[in-house]
Amino acid sequence: MISAATLIVATVVLGAGTFAFRFAGPVLRARVELSPRVEKLMAISAVTLLAALVATAALLDGHEFVGFARPAGVAVGGLLAWRKAPFVVVVLAAAATAALLRLLGVP
Amino acid sequence: MRSIWRTLDRGLARDIALVCLADAVVGVSFGAITVSSGLPLWLPMLLSLVVFAGAAQFMFVGLVASGGNPIAAVVAGLLVNARHLPFGFAVGDVLGDRWARRIAGTHLMIDETVAFALAQRDAERRRAAYWACGIGLFVCWNIGVVLGAFGGTVVSDTDAFGLDAAFPAVLLALVLPSLKDQATRRAALAGVVIALATAPFLPAGLPVLLALAGVLVSFAGGQAEPAEKEKEAAS
Repeated sequence: MISAATLIVATVVLGAGTFAFRFAGPVLRARVELSPRVEKLMAISAVTLLAALVATAALLDGHEFVGFARPAGVAVGGLLAWRKAPFVVVVLAAAATAALLRLLGVP
Repeated sequence: MRSIWRTLDRGLARDIALVCLADAVVGVSFGAITVSSGLPLWLPMLLSLVVFAGAAQFMFVGLVASGGNPIAAVVAGLLVNARHLPFGFAVGDVLGDRWARRIAGTHLMIDETVAFALAQRDAERRRAAYWACGIGLFVCWNIGVVLGAFGGTVVSDTDAFGLDAAFPAVLLALVLPSLKDQATRRAALAGVVIALATAPFLPAGLPVLLALAGVLVSFAGGQAEPAEKEKEAAS
């Protein structure tokens, strides 16, 4: 078993590194004057990252396909969001769809 | 700080509260899974306070619990968290100028806070959404983790409630309005294709970072746009 000291050091290093990633963006941003064009590019980048996160989280578990229940739930949520359903409905429908499919034996 | 709560309307507050609640349940499962896999009681709590990033925490604990090298676990967690750098570029303006506030706001930067901030139209609401979501999630996540670590195995399988589908749906619903813009939509689509194509081969975190190459596609597309519009007008 790994010692407590090692775990604490590992946690602190992970926390410090994560903080550095979070810190760098706002600091660099404050130093340079951003043109509206660059400003828009930053927003596009963040949306692109989030979209990629949605796709990989919805479809994959590690390196493999996660099964049908989760992507089906996300798809139902996405459809409802596109039809301008309230946020609460979107989230609950996504969860309920996945849960129901699993109850029915769909992986 | 008071202006944040004034700017928040009830609808936005309710949406944020829902995400916080779901996050707390996942926190309970994180605490329970970590402790039941034989790791010390304090580890999930320390991770949640110091790292505060769900995906990286699950990754770290999974690797360490299965006997992996702690250095490899740290590197894997950092790779998953590297996306916060471009996130900070995009929403850095919400943090304000004062140092104490900037440091606190920096620590609260996670997928949901960024998505909630990006979904708001004016600067005031962006700031309010970011801080309310960040503070709410930090409190709920940590309370959940403590409950899970002590309470044990009640909620160890959040998949049974479909929560694994709820979180991508949260981000999707928040991102969807931005996709009305053509350049953004093109970049996001290209990014999704890149991430999905590379995910089976690369360590977690890297495919999402590579998706940024999709932004170049929107650049390249920008040149072609006038021609496209002419075509549309002609048809």
